[in-house]
Amino acid sequence: MRGATHAKWAACAVAVVLAATACGGSDSGGGGGGAGVVSSSWGDPQNPLEPANTNEVQGGKVLDMIFRGLKRYDPKTGEAKNMLAEKIETTDSQNFTITLKDGWKFSNDEPVTAQSFVDAWNYGADVRNKQNNSPFFSDIAGYADVHPASGEPKAKTMSGLVVKDAKTFTVALKNKFSTWPETLGYQAFSPLPKAFFTDHAGWLNKPIGNGPYTVDSYTKGTGMKLRTWDGYPGEDKAQNSGVDLKVYTDNNTAYTDLISGNLDLVDDVPAQQLKNVKNDLGDRYINQPALIIQTLTFPLYDPQWGKEGMENVRRGISMAINRDEITKQIFRETRTPAKDWTSPALGEKGGFSATLCGDACKYDPAAAKKLIQDAGGLPGGKVTLTSNVDTGSHRDWMDAVCNSINNAIGEGPVCTVNPIGTFADFRNQQSSFKLTGPFRSGWQADYPLIQNFLQPLYYTGASSNYGKFSNPEFDKLIDEANQESDATKAIGKFQDAEKILVTQMPSIPLWYQNGSAGYAERLSDVALNQFSVPVYNEIKVS
Amino acid sequence: MGRYVIRRLLQMIPVFIGSTFLIFFMVYALGDPVAALFGDKAPDPATAARIRRDLYLDRPLWQQYLHYMGQIFQGDFGTAFNGQPVTELMASAFPVTLRLTVVAIFFEIVIGITLGVVSGLRRGRSVDTTVLVLTLVVISVPTFVTGYLLQYLFGVKWGWVRPTVSPDAPFNQLILPGIVLALVSLAYVTRLSRTSIAENVKADYVRTAVAKGLPRRRVVTRHLLRNSLIPVVTFIGTDIGALMGGAIVTERIFNIHGVGYQLYQGILRNNSPTVVGFVTILVIVFLVANLLVDLLYAVLDPRIRYA
Amino acid sequence: MPEPEHPAYDPLQPGQGEAIAPTGQGGPMDLALDEAESLEKTLGDQPSGPREKARSLWSDAWRQLRRNPVFIISSLMILFLVVIAIWPQLIASGDPLQCDLSKSQQGSAPGHPFGYDTQGCDVYTRTVYGARASITVGVCATLGAALLGSVLGGLAGFFGGWGDALLSRVADIFFGIPVVLGGLVFLSVVTSTTVWPVVGFIVLLGWPQIARIGRGSVITAKQNDYVQAARALGAGNGRMLLRHVAPNAVAPVIVVATIALGTYIALEATLSFLGVGLRPPTVSWGIDISNAASQIRNAPHMLLWPAGALSLTVLAFIMLGDAVRDALDPKLR
Repeated sequence: MRGATHAKWAACAVAVVLAATACGGSDSGGGGGGAGVVSSSWGDPQNPLEPANTNEVQGGKVLDMIFRGLKRYDPKTGEAKNMLAEKIETTDSQNFTITLKDGWKFSNDEPVTAQSFVDAWNYGADVRNKQNNSPFFSDIAGYADVHPASGEPKAKTMSGLVVKDAKTFTVALKNKFSTWPETLGYQAFSPLPKAFFTDHAGWLNKPIGNGPYTVDSYTKGTGMKLRTWDGYPGEDKAQNSGVDLKVYTDNNTAYTDLISGNLDLVDDVPAQQLKNVKNDLGDRYINQPALIIQTLTFPLYDPQWGKEGMENVRRGISMAINRDEITKQIFRETRTPAKDWTSPALGEKGGFSATLCGDACKYDPAAAKKLIQDAGGLPGGKVTLTSNVDTGSHRDWMDAVCNSINNAIGEGPVCTVNPIGTFADFRNQQSSFKLTGPFRSGWQADYPLIQNFLQPLYYTGASSNYGKFSNPEFDKLIDEANQESDATKAIGKFQDAEKILVTQMPSIPLWYQNGSAGYAERLSDVALNQFSVPVYNEIKVS
Repeated sequence: MGRYVIRRLLQMIPVFIGSTFLIFFMVYALGDPVAALFGDKAPDPATAARIRRDLYLDRPLWQQYLHYMGQIFQGDFGTAFNGQPVTELMASAFPVTLRLTVVAIFFEIVIGITLGVVSGLRRGRSVDTTVLVLTLVVISVPTFVTGYLLQYLFGVKWGWVRPTVSPDAPFNQLILPGIVLALVSLAYVTRLSRTSIAENVKADYVRTAVAKGLPRRRVVTRHLLRNSLIPVVTFIGTDIGALMGGAIVTERIFNIHGVGYQLYQGILRNNSPTVVGFVTILVIVFLVANLLVDLLYAVLDPRIRYA
Repeated sequence: MPEPEHPAYDPLQPGQGEAIAPTGQGGPMDLALDEAESLEKTLGDQPSGPREKARSLWSDAWRQLRRNPVFIISSLMILFLVVIAIWPQLIASGDPLQCDLSKSQQGSAPGHPFGYDTQGCDVYTRTVYGARASITVGVCATLGAALLGSVLGGLAGFFGGWGDALLSRVADIFFGIPVVLGGLVFLSVVTSTTVWPVVGFIVLLGWPQIARIGRGSVITAKQNDYVQAARALGAGNGRMLLRHVAPNAVAPVIVVATIALGTYIALEATLSFLGVGLRPPTVSWGIDISNAASQIRNAPHMLLWPAGALSLTVLAFIMLGDAVRDALDPKLR
């Protein structure tokens, strides 16, 4: 009897082990990519890989490889250059006629036509398809019919989109929007092949696009193999024979694989390794500005922060933060102290200004203390910073900011942090206006325009205006800027609006976030674009 | 014994219902997941409302739960937010984690019990002290650090093993992660078997066995160890589930896409289908493991019987 | 419920009788050997059964303890830690919250023997001040989990039946709750800045393990012949459990509890990392260890000191646990 039990137990164990191994299958081998193939770190995209549903970098990486839109932002200058568009014409900044170039096709040989765009945009706007990026189409006339605020949509297509012929379509906007064509480089505006609509599940398993790469295989949660599409009609052909994206759940692990030769490219160097990067990689390390700014937003809906006179306290807090020391010690120069509310990746021409915020963003503990005291002190004598702590190293900089404020004011621990466990919880508290102290707000621009840094965040009632800032003068200047057809004048107006933020200080600019990447010796011509995504098609493999 | 096992298996039904409801309720209590799907941008209200409606999130809790259970009985465990069915996630995550757990348990048993026996037999000698010091190190240094250090030394510096595990996660690549995962439990197993051995080594049956002239080896393995194993077996039984669901840190360090990772992501994103599905399986694993442990009691100590 | 039966209620049960039969044939056969063991246990245990010393099992243990140097040393260490936890300013003059970012991660300097952490705070001061929260969390959570777990587990193992089944299944569900989920749900609604919610949460998660261990060990201990003998002599349940079963079943619980003490202090760090643990201005080893862990390649000294303090605490309690266990075990005297 006992012997039998032993045997049974052993048999069970063996069965379990076998079952476990059997599911494993063959070893796909590791190491860097094959000949001419770049292996690169990746994260699991949060949403299905539809262009209008992808709003984060990981999904964006793939879309940038397999899609080309009407325009494409130059990876170096950020300038929106025509890609599939032959020309985009308008006389009134409201009605546009778009003409496509000849010869473009999807990798399944279906030609890219005006209909490919119109169908894709209508799909993206339709509320029934639950696309995250649908608000990008909200400027187009007829958006409310396919995307009503509540209830069922009245139409399947937007009246503002009309196909003239295979290569031409017209777009009518709801309002004048002079820089609208510049927004068309965003991935949500990509064209879609018929297969997307006829075999949606099949398309999601193996997306088909019109970019320099085609998807060879896609295993959700594990990785994606992309191969160069030999028939790609565009100018920016891939300089390598493919890209293998491998999913990592921790960027430190990806970094370890990079320095041990198992991976070619890591596009997010972990904070704790920044000190060793020079040693490990030498000059194979990129650290450049991206279109991301981190700010601390004040809950102006709460009278104790929003009432008249508190702008000096807000200004004082801004001046109590030692941005230089924090970006140096905590972020090791992968953040740059903020000097305005935009990003240096825009360039001076695009509206970035290193002097706009001026003294209000400079560390001056004595002046800060005086400003705060003269304005009546912190509300209730204390201030609490809130952020989610499940991603990024938010806890570290929050502690550092608080220490900096406490040291400047010199009244003990008046500044405390309020870490929140999940981003979802943080976002819910933020969007229900429950927070009673300054909170983190990060902003990654969708396209390199100063408008995108200001209007969605500070315009009265704007979608991401979580602090409920409202200033009629600011709103007026933004409206004027949007109607201005001359680009330089428009940017000037936007900057005038931005100057109001200096005096009102609805949010404290903390720092600009850089994109960082490290790569193996066999790669060259590695660069990041403004969205801190590697420009894969230009990478050469030796 | 057959009747006993059947009774224990029947008990799984209320536990299954109870735990799914509890976990479902807990994820519900975490709050609304939809706003977080939109990243740093503000959610579009109409789209968010549509997503909520399709996910049944706009209903009261009990309706959500009934809907979910109804789906489960049709074999549909729901989908994660990236559109992947939860059953697919489980099919890819559980085999990998199961293998990792098997490796970890193997090391716990082999190394843990060996060290425990050796230090138990040589109480107070230098071997015992060394094992104690190692135990202290393992308890006070976080898994993150030991995992990272071992990965760096073996994987990068000396290049003996692959620093990360490939998606298929074959056993040979899981040795290092398995050791790292087993470390803290090793401390428990070692101390438990040491104490048990030390307690039983003076027992009269051991003295008799020795007096009878049995080889020392036989006395230790047959008489001493067998009578000392019950607390160790109990511990390992409770540990199986903990190793499977709690390997978040180890799985991250070695890039293993297993249960810990999926569960963690599910929790951070408040995705109830993922969390409830995975936890339910884990609870079943616990139930089975503890049933096996209870049955093993009878094997190890024949005086214990089940009717 | 169907939990273990008590085969020896009737001392003349066939099973026992057969076990006695092959005595002396200590041959190579498994069966014979095992049965020989049971016999030897039967014969060996009876004379030293606690009945004889029942007059003073616990006071005997106490007398034994006082003479044990291990006990004295560990008690002194614990006393020291408690004093530091209550009056940290006795050995540290600085302020643990006074930080200068420009000194981030610097090594030791005059007056700052352990160097600075990432925020530029003094590691020595923080290690000393961290004792209070960490020891409170560790000791209280361990005591809570050990008491709750061993009482419930012990009763379940001793009586078996429906109570055991119910308790074991409830424990199974508790095992299934992921720490991350439980922490986020239970602790994010708490706004208190004290250590008590964290202690309560750890007890909630920790008791099932100790209950399982205690239950298993009681199930074994109650099979012992001296327990059966006591029952035969008419001892009540309470008396049997306290006098005869508990002292013989307590060893594994002590072992697990002393190690758990260390892991609970570390668990507090995990909770802090998730944003639901102890909050500043509370200083704890757990928080400092988790902050230092990611910087191990840059500033190992940040990890060394708080982790060392944690080791010392665990060592003291492991030694204490060992001494107490030895004192309770009559065979080792």
